[in-house]
Order: sequence, then structure tokens, then C-alpha cells
Amino acid sequence: MIYGTGLAVVLAVIWWVLSGYDKTLLLSLGAASVVVTMLLAIRMRIIDRETAPFFRLPTLIPFYTWLGGEIAKSNVAVLKAALKPEIDVTPRLVRVPVEADSDLSRCIFANSITLTPGTVTVEIEEDAFLVHALTPDFTGADGFAEMNARADRATDGRRKSS
Amino acid sequence: MTLIEIGILVRDIASIALMATGLVFVLAGALGVLRLPDFFTRMHAAGVTDTLGAELIVFSLILQAGFTLLAAKLLLVGFLLFLTSPTATHAVANAAHRAGEKPLLSRFHPKHPRDREGDA
Repeated sequence: MIYGTGLAVVLAVIWWVLSGYDKTLLLSLGAASVVVTMLLAIRMRIIDRETAPFFRLPTLIPFYTWLGGEIAKSNVAVLKAALKPEIDVTPRLVRVPVEADSDLSRCIFANSITLTPGTVTVEIEEDAFLVHALTPDFTGADGFAEMNARADRATDGRRKSS
Repeated sequence: MTLIEIGILVRDIASIALMATGLVFVLAGALGVLRLPDFFTRMHAAGVTDTLGAELIVFSLILQAGFTLLAAKLLLVGFLLFLTSPTATHAVANAAHRAGEKPLLSRFHPKHPRDREGDA
């Protein structure tokens, strides 16, 4: 129920941000479209904590702020590697072990790896990801473990400490 | 010069700085795509374009838009880019991997063109 309410509020806010209308008729049409979407979502039984992760924003926002810093750092590293007068790269394909309590946590971890330039998740396996990296500098096991732990904590909060 | 004019000037300077930095990243990404050796390494260079490059340009446009509905829309654009571009990158990489594209795993270190001329 609470996830459904969250989804309805987010849908209404997105409708209003994208249209910007303030006339009663148009607003009621928007409300009607939110209601129809909610009915469809309820009928499809897709409203659960994975599809409406809005109540985890208090932990997701710090995670993505930290990830933003990591992205900026590795962006500069890839920039240097790509613009050096003499290119010197040694690509690596590594298997990264994954510890995740939920699918959302796995998904956010894989997405974070790909979002960081220099590393791309190539294949998802049962308990590991196959990751392609531009140079061996990007394949530090500690870095991946930290990102995994942070993603897990940001989505479920079950892990108390790293 | 009044305080408001100074504020606008500071905003414009910050916005231009962000836009210029974003353009540097986009340009570097394009150069990387041209210079790196194989499919997977080129994909990394393209990643620079759609993370920092695109986000910096969106942030600079948000500064120009000010506190309006347009800024909220731009924020939404930035958010969608942030979430969907790695998904697209992963889809492309996964398709290439399944189709049997073998990544280059040895050191790639071509000689400078100046030295190559000496060899010939």
C-alpha cells in the first residue's frame, strides 16, 4: 500500500513537471491518467519494494553522491589514457564476486560499475560479474568490494558495517 | 554594479565554466573512440561522453534556467541519462560478448608516428 502511494505521488509530480499546466480541466485529466496507470500497475501486480524504491532515497542519495565522486575521478583517468600522445593500455577481463541480498542491490552494483568509465559489466553470472577494464588500474579488488558493500547498504541497510 | 548584476555575472561564469569542462570531456571521449584499439576499449571512451560530459552540460543549462520548471525538466533529463546510459552500454557490451567478440587483452602501445618513420 505504501509503495503504491509513493508511486502515485511520484507519477503525479512527474506529470506536473513535464506539463506545467495549472488549469483545473487539464489537472483533472492528469489525475485521471495517474489513476489509470495505478490501476494497470495494480492489475499487473508489479508494485513492491523493488519497483517503487522511493523510500530508500535517504540511503540512495548519499550512495550516488559518493559514486559521483568516484565517477569524476575515473573520468579523469580515462581522459588521460585516451589523450596521451602515445597510447599505452592493457585491457583486462576480470571476474568480480558479488554479495547481494536483493536483485535491486545486484542491479545497482552492476549499473555503478558500468557508470564508472574504464569498467563495463559484460556478463552477469550467478554470483559474479564479468567486468572489462581499460587498464589494470581499474581492477582493484578492494574498490569493487567497497562499491558492492556500499550498494548493498544503500538498498537494504542489512549490512551494518563494511 | 548592483548586487543582482554581480550575481548574474557569477552565475554566467560558473555556467560557462561547467559547459566548457563538459565539452572537453565530450571531445576527449570522441578522440578516445577514434584512437583506442578495439571495440571494448572504445566503449570506455564513449562512457566518458555520456557520464561527466553530458551531466556537466546539463548542470550548466540548469544554472542558466534558474529556479524554474525548465530547470526541473533538465534535472529529469540528467537523471534519466544517468540511469539509462550504463544500461545501454551494458546491453551493447553483453551483445558483443555473446556474439563472440574477443576483447584484446594484451598491451597496446603503438610507437609514436615520428619513431615509426625512423624504422621505415
